[in-house]
Order: sequence, then structure tokens, then C-alpha cells
Amino acid sequence: METDVLIIGGGVIGSCIARQLCRYHLDITLVEKQSDVCMGTSKANSSMVHDGYNIDGHKLKGRLCLEANTMYEKMCRELNVDYRPATGSIFAGFTEDHLAIMKQQLENSKTNGLSGLYIANHDQMMALEPNISREVQYGLVNPNTGTINPFDLTMALAENAVMNGVKVFLETEVTNIHTRKGKIESVETNIGRFKPKVIINAAGLYSDKIAGMVEKVDGYIHPRKGSYFLYDKKWGDHVKHCIYSPPTPVSKGMIMVPTTEGNILAGSNAVEVNDREDFATVGAEMDEIYSHTIHRLFPKMPRMGEVITAFAGLRAASNTEDFIIGHAKTVPAMINLIGIQSPGLSSAPAIARMAEELVRETGEDLDFSERPDYNPNRPAPVILRNMDPETRSALIQKNPDYGSIVCRCETISKGEILDAIRRPIPARNLDAIKRRTRAGMGRCQGGFCGPRVVGILEEELGITPLNITKRGGRSNILLDKTKDLSLLEGGANSEKIQL
Amino acid sequence: MKKYNYDIVVIGGGPAGLAAALEAKKNGVEKILICERSARLGGILEQCIHNGFGLTYFKEELTGPEYATRFIKAVEKTDIAIKRGTMVIDVTQDKVITAENGEDGLFEVQAKAIILAMGCRERTRESITIPGDRPAGVMTAGTAQRYVNINGYLPGKEIVILGSGDIGLIMARRMTLEGCNVKGVLELMPYSTGLMRNKVQCLDDFGIPLYLSHTITKIHGKERLSAVSIAEVDDHKQPVPGTEITVPCDTLLLSVGLIPENELSQKAGVAFDPVTKGPLADEKRCTSVPGIFACGNVLHVHDLVDNVSEEAQNAGRSAACYIKNQLTRRTQSIAVKAGNNIGYVVPQQIDFEPGKDKVVKLYMRVKHPAQKVAMTIANDQGNILASFKREVVAPGSMETLALPVKMIAGNPEFLKISVTN
Repeated sequence: METDVLIIGGGVIGSCIARQLCRYHLDITLVEKQSDVCMGTSKANSSMVHDGYNIDGHKLKGRLCLEANTMYEKMCRELNVDYRPATGSIFAGFTEDHLAIMKQQLENSKTNGLSGLYIANHDQMMALEPNISREVQYGLVNPNTGTINPFDLTMALAENAVMNGVKVFLETEVTNIHTRKGKIESVETNIGRFKPKVIINAAGLYSDKIAGMVEKVDGYIHPRKGSYFLYDKKWGDHVKHCIYSPPTPVSKGMIMVPTTEGNILAGSNAVEVNDREDFATVGAEMDEIYSHTIHRLFPKMPRMGEVITAFAGLRAASNTEDFIIGHAKTVPAMINLIGIQSPGLSSAPAIARMAEELVRETGEDLDFSERPDYNPNRPAPVILRNMDPETRSALIQKNPDYGSIVCRCETISKGEILDAIRRPIPARNLDAIKRRTRAGMGRCQGGFCGPRVVGILEEELGITPLNITKRGGRSNILLDKTKDLSLLEGGANSEKIQL
Repeated sequence: MKKYNYDIVVIGGGPAGLAAALEAKKNGVEKILICERSARLGGILEQCIHNGFGLTYFKEELTGPEYATRFIKAVEKTDIAIKRGTMVIDVTQDKVITAENGEDGLFEVQAKAIILAMGCRERTRESITIPGDRPAGVMTAGTAQRYVNINGYLPGKEIVILGSGDIGLIMARRMTLEGCNVKGVLELMPYSTGLMRNKVQCLDDFGIPLYLSHTITKIHGKERLSAVSIAEVDDHKQPVPGTEITVPCDTLLLSVGLIPENELSQKAGVAFDPVTKGPLADEKRCTSVPGIFACGNVLHVHDLVDNVSEEAQNAGRSAACYIKNQLTRRTQSIAVKAGNNIGYVVPQQIDFEPGKDKVVKLYMRVKHPAQKVAMTIANDQGNILASFKREVVAPGSMETLALPVKMIAGNPEFLKISVTN
């Protein structure tokens, strides 16, 4: 398959680059080896959008983060993504040592051209965070730290790219790249061969492996695992800002974030791992996150019972601990983005702009004239819980599926689930529906809606429930049949003779 | 938005809601509405195709669907209005209910009384924080029961079950009957938390081992579950080093407790019991908000549906009396307290004059198993008003004590229930 630009990786970076380039007369293809976009590092992170106050502005990642901050609001407005630029963050401190770090960071923020930060005393802290430990003495308050749902953003970017002609292939894994005399010949995948003019390697945890397919590379990824707790929405109001816990001699500072969805996210630690597929949580590490950060900052939050899920993500840390972005040394038409870890989500729009410059520099025969029909807007999906009663009622009158509640915990209707299956990047498994709609993301964790969602997927996609998975691959939910009954609620044929 | 008026709205069309609505109707209430979120009435009984239901209520042994059908038929013979596929979204202290379904859209109901009968849900893997991978193949026993009994699919073939709650025990037998290999049931506590009869009939009779004081320490499997690590636990429920083994399996079923489903009750502003996790209720099953009643598993988790039906009838009868203004409050409420080895007691207080009632039924669970004990009800002076002998008590079996109302004629400030040797 011939294409102008082949993007490898459907995380926030690959998706953002796809959207950045889709405004031009380019044929763009994005391949993602997982069953959905946003399945790697982009999925499991703090969900914060950093303004870069505590980052070294001379590093590439510092520069891009600072640049991107000015681009975020417009991007999210166009994409109809719920971005909360003014959630604010507070670095909470207990000791003089912590105060000293705050003063350094405050100075750093000024060096980075940012304003609005200040150091709060104990009383101010208690006013800002009424539920925080009374032992907190100081806080470095940054009113400009934002929050976002990283999946929503990635999904919106990818959907908008598809709306503008980008072809997305899921469950498509690059297995080899063939070059000849510094030129790209072809890219092999499990579904066939692509012939791109330009390759953009946004493969996250595997970006070094992809880069290594064309030449020997210096940069490499050493995955660093971080685990999180997610608390029930009941606790949503307990934490008002993103709170950084101070580092201890044995542990780095962690964060507690009130998410845009109303949960509290707490984590994450940092553990070097060898396995790039190691997403397992570890009991002792979870205990440490709880005692080091959650309990120390918010003593009323319990270890168990109110936690609706816990998960781990891998940071794609590079050997330089900075972003490594540029042309492959021997193949100029291959652009590598290696080591995109925090603040990668925050830097995404600036990274995409930089990637565009690099594509232009390749000198390949590409048409960079703008498409007249380019549409930067992505319509917001129907979300009933955010609607006023009259609009919601009118919508149900028009389509009764919106009145049929499938997920009780999050109040998600059959209509919203069908939308997720029919969106530009269709959901084809339980987790894909969960991430798009929140069905199964609540306190019962899909115990109730799981079988119903399997039934809807069966009906809509016409596939047997035995082939429906949790998240693609071989993560099948059901392994065999018992009897020939039905998954459709009320759908079993139990009609009786009426005399 | 459509608006309706009803005398009583019952939220939930499971066994509690059905019995409550029927009893309110028998007591002369005209306009009653049941809101049920599923497409069918009967609640969880629909998937409980095993027998053992109705032994005390109907004096015969029925399956879950049989038990439910008797109530559904009885309700359908009345003019009780039923809205199926209807999700209640909000309940206010002023008894305004907001709900939605495909037919009415979003609608409001003004009720004179409300009966909360939403039931309970199962605790999940994360509510007990089992570390490890997050593969497919880990689900609650109730979800597996639905897949097997309603949908006709098997979640897996090589099964490990964590928790000896009744659904876990029932599913151990069920999966065995479907040809699966149930490798064992693990229980964190040093005793089975389900009914003794379920342990005997579902595990012992099928040769399925029950390992007490054991838990799962890690879940393995990138895509589909491949194994679980299990270990013995000490007196503090911590894994004992050196006892960990890894057991290959493709499915882990969890039966680790039920939580009353009270998000709507919270919106209605009722007060809660931190132990039952249900609303505080009096002997009429009235919550702290006058005119809002609660019964069944939304109030406290029952073992037997027979007890649910009885409690729901009480709530239905009381709601009928409430709207007819036939309830007379005592000058002072009597608190019912949990004493030695008692986890909780429902009702938590006695608010009304007994009227025609001869006894007040008290439901409770003990904290620890014990043998050859007396369960006593004492007054605020420490005088024992009534004592009941029990051969065996266990947390997995709810105890019921009937206190003659004449014993509280002296209006004690509180009653205390205790287990003594």
C-alpha cells in the first residue's frame, strides 16, 4: 500500500501528528499494533497538563512543554475535549527542606517565563485544601496546571484525523523496515506491506526497536513503571487541586489528581523494569504509594473499599532522560520520536508541530498545500449525563436507545455504547467501549454491564460472543458455550402459547 | 418532561420491591409504581436457578425463578403500575423521583412515600486490591452466574474461586455441573462465610476443596488469566512467607462480599449505618427521612430471600400506614445496640408504638463463629429481657430474634443484643 506518511503508533503523539499533518494534501496512514488507540504510555499517566514551571527549559522536553501550553486550549476547543486549564497544582511541604525546594521551583518558573505561582503558608493551605493533613506547613501553588482525560484527547485527535482522511489500521504491527541507500523501500506489517515516502516513528515504548530496524541507534528505552490508585467518585470533592507529595530519601514525590471525570487518581511510583509488557501492580509498591502519598496527604482516604481500580503504566524513558526527536542518521525520511515520557502529553501539540517541520525537511515530494475541506473540529460525542433534562428527554424521544441504561454505576445508555461502536475509530472490545463511554468504569467495574455490553457488541458487529475480547488479542471474555440461549436482555425467546 | 403522581414508588423490582409493593396494595394503597431497571422483574433471582428458596416463606423448596414468579404473578394480578427498563437517576427528600426509560424519556414522579429496594452489588477485585496483571478471565461469581445461566456461555474451564460467600459456593457447583474443573475455593477468614448448607451441598458433595485462611497474592496473565498465586494468611490476614504456590487456571471467580447499592439513598439524604453500609432503619423500615422506607439487600445483605420478603412486607405495610397517617411515634425512640460479638442489628432503633404488632423482629449477624451460646436482649439497666439459645452462630448466617413488645413497655432508652457463653 503506497502512502505519503506512515505514522507508527497510535498514542497521543502519533495521533497528534496525524491531526497536525491531515490539513495538507498528504496521504497519511497510522498503524497501531494494539486493538485501539491510546493503549500504551498515553493511557496510564497522571492526566495532568503541565505548564512547565518545574522543568529545565533548556532541555528539548522543557522547551516543547512550554511551547505546547499556549496551544492546548485552542486544540481542545476544536476537538470538544474537556480540558480544565485552571485545576491548579500544589506542591505540599512539611519541612524547611521542602520549602527550599519550593523556592527553587518558584525561581525556575520565572526563568521559564511563567507567572502566578506563590508559596502558601499553613493557613492558606488549609483554606485551599480543607481535607489535607494538618501537618502540611507550606505549599507551592501553581494555578496554571491543567487536567484532561488523556484517552479522550488521544481519541479526539485520532478521530479528527480520520475525519480528515487519515487511514488508521489497528492491530497492525510493524515487523520490519526495508531501506536502500538511505531511502525507505517498504514497511512490513502483519497485515501486509506499506510503501511510505516518510515514516514517523511514534512507537513509544518500542520507539527504539522501530528506529533500530533501519540503523544502529544510540538512543534506547528503559521502561519505568508507575502505578496508580483510582478512587470512587464519592471522594471526588475531597481533593481540590493536583497535589504533589514531597520526595523522601527513598521515594520520589507523587501526585493526587482530581480527574475531569470526578475520581481521584493517586500515584505513581517509579520502578525500572525490563519487560515492556509488564503492567502488573505489585502489593508492596501499592502499599508504599498509599502510605507515602495518599495517607500522608489525605489521612481520611482509606487503603481499600473506596478504590475502584488500580493499574500500572510504563514511562518510555530514554537513556538521556530527554526527548530524542529527529531524522534517522542514515535515512532522512525516517523521523524518530524516542523517549517521550512526562511531559509528553503536555507537549504533544508542540511535538506534532516539530514533527511537521522535520517532515518538510526530508525533501520528499510531498504536497504541503492546505486542503480546502480540512475541518479542525471534532463533534462532541453524545454524553447524556452532561445534558440538561429537556435536551436529554428530547434525545430519548428521538432515539429510545439513549433511554436504555446499560451501565448503572456511570449511567451509560445503550445509545452511547452503539455510538462508540459506530464512531470514526470503532470500539470493538469491552475496554474500548469502557474508555469511550465509561461503561464499566464505575464502582462495580463492569460486573453488571459486562454481559450486556458483550450482547450489544454481538448484535451490532455480528460476531459470536466467543470472539469478543476485553482488549483485543487473546483476551477473550468467554471460552465456550453452554446452551443456545441469548445475551440480549429480554431477548430470550420465551413466547408461550396464549389460549 | 413528563410528570406523574403516585402514592408509593418502589425503586427496584426484585424480591424486596415486589413483596413491598404487594403488601402496600393489600393494605389499601391505590396508586403504586414499581421502577425496575432491567427488562424483567425478579431481580437477581432470575439467574439463581438452583433450589433452596422459599423454605420458610412458602414452606417448600423452590428455585430462584420459581420464587420470583410467584411474586411477579401476584403483582401482575393487581393494578400496580410497573415501569421496566427504567433507571431511577435521582430521589429527593421531598420524594420527587427522576427516572428515565426509552418510552417516557426523562420523567419525574411525585410520591407520598418511597420504598428503596435497589438490592446490592458484588465487591470487585479492586475493592480488595489483588495485585498483579489485569487480564480477562477475572470476574465476580454473580457475573459468571449470569453468563452461564442466562446467556449460555462459559467464562472458562479451569476455575479458582476466591471467597466462600454463597454465590461463590453456588457457582463452584454450577461450573462443575457445566463440565468445568473447579480447582478449589479459597477463603481469607478461618471459617466459611457462606451458609453451612451451601458449603456441604456445593463443595463437600462435589469434592471441591475449601482452603480457609488462604488468599490470592497475585494474578498472572497478559491477555487471558493464566494462573493465580495463592498463600496462607496469618491471624492478621497477611500472607505467610514460604506458603505461596502458583496455580494454573483460566478463570478466577470472586465471591468476596456484597455491598448494598445506596447511591440513590445518599441522594435522598438518608442516614447510614457504617457497618451494614445501608440506611439506618427502624422497626417499620423507615429511614431517617420520614416517608422513605428501605428493605431487602439495600438495607443489609440477607442470606435468604425468605427474610427479604418478610422484611419487604413490613416496609410495604408501614408505607401504607404512613400515607394513611396511621403510625404513632413513641415519645422517645429506643436505640438497638450491638453488644458482645454482634456485628450489627437491624432495626437500629424502635420509633413507633406497636399498634397490633405482638413482636419486634430483630435481624443480626455475629462477628465470630461460636457454639452453644445464648443471644440476649438487655435493656438500658442491664436487665435481660429475653434470651435465646443457639447451638451454632456464624457470621455467614443471619440470626433473627423476636422480641415481644410487652418487654419494652417500660420505654428503655436502649436495647443491647449480646452473645454470651
